[in-house]
Amino acid sequence: MSTAVETALERSTLFRFATAGSVDDGKSTLVGRLLHDSKSVLADQLDAVARTSAERGFGGERGGLDLALLTDGLRAEREQGITIDVAYRYFATANRTFILADTPGHVQYTKNTVTGASTADAVVVLIDARKGVLEQTRRHLAVARLLRVAHIIVAVNKIDLVDYSEDVFRDVEAQLKRAARELKVDEPAIIPVSALEGDNVVDRSERTPWYGGPSLLETLEQLPALADLETDLEAFRFPVQTVIRPQGAVAPGLDADTYRDYRGYAGQVAAGSIRVGDAVTVQPSGRSTTVAGIDFAGKELDEAFAPQSVVLRLADDIDIARGDLLAEAGTDTSAAQLPQPTQDLYAALCWLSPKPLKEGSRLLIKHGSKTVQGLVRQVINKLDLSTFADQPASGLELNDIGTVHIRLAAALPVDNYVNFRRTGAFLVIDPSDGNTLAAGLVESDHLELSAREDERYDI
Amino acid sequence: MSSYTNTYDDVVSVAGSASTADAAPAPARDGNAASSIASRSDRPDATPWAASAVPAQQASRLSEAETASQADRIGGATHRLSSLDALESEAIHIIREVVAEFERPALLFSGGKDSVVMLHLATKAFWPGKVPFPVLHVDTGHNFPEVLEFRDRTVERLGIRLVVGSVQEYIDRGELSERADGTRNPLQTVPLLDTINANKFDAVFGGGRRDEDKARAKERILSLRDEFGQWDPRNQRPELWNLYNGRHTVGQHVRAFPISNWTELDVWRYIERENIELPGLYYAHQREVFSRDGMWRAVGEVSQPTEKEIVETRTVRYRTVGDMSCTGAVESDAADVSAVVREVALSTLTERGATRADDRISEAAMEDRKKDGYF
Repeated sequence: MSTAVETALERSTLFRFATAGSVDDGKSTLVGRLLHDSKSVLADQLDAVARTSAERGFGGERGGLDLALLTDGLRAEREQGITIDVAYRYFATANRTFILADTPGHVQYTKNTVTGASTADAVVVLIDARKGVLEQTRRHLAVARLLRVAHIIVAVNKIDLVDYSEDVFRDVEAQLKRAARELKVDEPAIIPVSALEGDNVVDRSERTPWYGGPSLLETLEQLPALADLETDLEAFRFPVQTVIRPQGAVAPGLDADTYRDYRGYAGQVAAGSIRVGDAVTVQPSGRSTTVAGIDFAGKELDEAFAPQSVVLRLADDIDIARGDLLAEAGTDTSAAQLPQPTQDLYAALCWLSPKPLKEGSRLLIKHGSKTVQGLVRQVINKLDLSTFADQPASGLELNDIGTVHIRLAAALPVDNYVNFRRTGAFLVIDPSDGNTLAAGLVESDHLELSAREDERYDI
Repeated sequence: MSSYTNTYDDVVSVAGSASTADAAPAPARDGNAASSIASRSDRPDATPWAASAVPAQQASRLSEAETASQADRIGGATHRLSSLDALESEAIHIIREVVAEFERPALLFSGGKDSVVMLHLATKAFWPGKVPFPVLHVDTGHNFPEVLEFRDRTVERLGIRLVVGSVQEYIDRGELSERADGTRNPLQTVPLLDTINANKFDAVFGGGRRDEDKARAKERILSLRDEFGQWDPRNQRPELWNLYNGRHTVGQHVRAFPISNWTELDVWRYIERENIELPGLYYAHQREVFSRDGMWRAVGEVSQPTEKEIVETRTVRYRTVGDMSCTGAVESDAADVSAVVREVALSTLTERGATRADDRISEAAMEDRKKDGYF
């Protein structure tokens, strides 16, 4: 390994992205191409693909490699030639380590796209150049917008099958810009590619001289990751995972007397940063204290920032347990940024289960490190994902996205998802079998709605 | 340490390890250091402590590597973790979630590098407390003796409990029978599940990584197993944001894979950075071996060459450490961790492809074992 590579490794940062596309858009092939052309596929993996491709009589070019086989890992997927479940792939370039969530585009598309997009810095939406913008494309764009994915890239695939025609590309581009306007999505980066032939995937293609932009991989290398965009701007949020109080069980090698009375709050910084001496408010109790120390595995830090996992020591001995949230107390001007503990949750739900949601359902809500019971008071509306307009609804079914009012058994210190991806998000869990039913996003007008609601009911 | 090196310091181990510094000769560092330091004061939003907090004598103590790395961090966004720090933080978050939400977690610990890294992460997650769960090992009876010795020494050093399930006992009792090919890897499943049930473990940490295998690439970080320990790949819970759903019913348990998102190279870079001890057979050594299925197999009680297979002494190392009967060595002169990092970065074979006979049985060998309750 050269010095340059080694130096780059130390500096490389993580970038997470998800792919989304309809069936047969060639998504697995694109991912395979990305891995193959960025030299992230090792010889024995390639041999296995070549063997299976030959056995199946795959007719593609270039020695007949069916690159989709690189990601379709399950027996059923290989047998049916489709992708069933989200697969994660890893590759690295000089400055970035990529985590790729390859999400399938069929039946459970919303479930898979939501899963992939929830942690992604960018989403790559695939379109078949011959088909243009489909209803499912609009859904993918809508989901990416709803989940606040920082960057949307559209790969117009199979450009080889339209003879690298600029007219076809410009037409698809115009459709996309229109859709982005309607869905209030920032205009995406649009790249003509051929996953099968490799055009504009890793290297810029000479067969699309009318396209002057970067290749897909170049685009992914240049975009800022979400953490780079947000951490410096956001207020501090820290869900307490567990209280570290070794008492008799001090780690071997440490002085038992020194650490017998140690008390620290372990967690991962969900947003913003904190320094020793900063004031924090404990939610939901609302009490305030200051940070006396920040520890990480024997090192004292002056500052911690998202997404670091650390242990905070606090100046005052207040009652804090798992499930509490430490937030930046802030000044008058930022006071509005403190999460407001509430028992009335207004949120968008992406319904991911075949078991439908009905008004009156009892659910579990997992937010940060806390899980509470909830009762669905009202299904307010449902999104028409092709137009992004609200429609009246009384329930939600698989792949639906709708707004609901949930009454909680205990107050949760929620933020708006628009501002805080971590503390504005929650899971909806089925109390009977423990399955995850929905992804929840606290609505931007949450506080407004909640102020209007009177406290008529109790659970 | 100056006040602005207070993020998790990769710099500390870089500076502390002479071999790393040697492996990264000065010229490139010099260039980086110079340009980054120059840019430091130009940075418009530089905070006062960043610009002036390093006293001269302290600054001169810093190695070139250290200066370059720090200056780089300052030169870019202030709040930015390296990929290794981000992976470490994610793993620690998951480990803490599982310990907080489950009653009886345990860690699968074989002495292999991934499980050693897992245990290291657990010690960091709960510092200054002890690792708050026992470790579990399924002993195939074909383990490398030096790995068992390492296992016992590590457990002793950390003051944690070791629970062992023994494949040999099942064979002796007639509950499992030896396979024709002699490999005992697939035989681990029953003793593993019995040990989990007998100890009422409700969450079992594993060092499995998604880059190891196509089936593992599809597995969740928290993976639900039914009362038979089976994995149902087509019916997995969606895993959203960093919210992990560990709900399970009586009889079910959860496998947790906190280093799912790490690659083999990440693991080795981390071992190097954190100066983590591993069993010696991960590094180049002389060993009596014979060639079988394109791998070098150690000569031992349970892996004897046939008459046609020629025994020779070679310089080898192991990329994975498992059952002696199915784990092969690779020819290598990588005698220390930085040499291994270089070797792994340049390798053209996956670790399982290079060293595991059991994964060569079919394209879906791992998936089939996992469905039956394997790791």
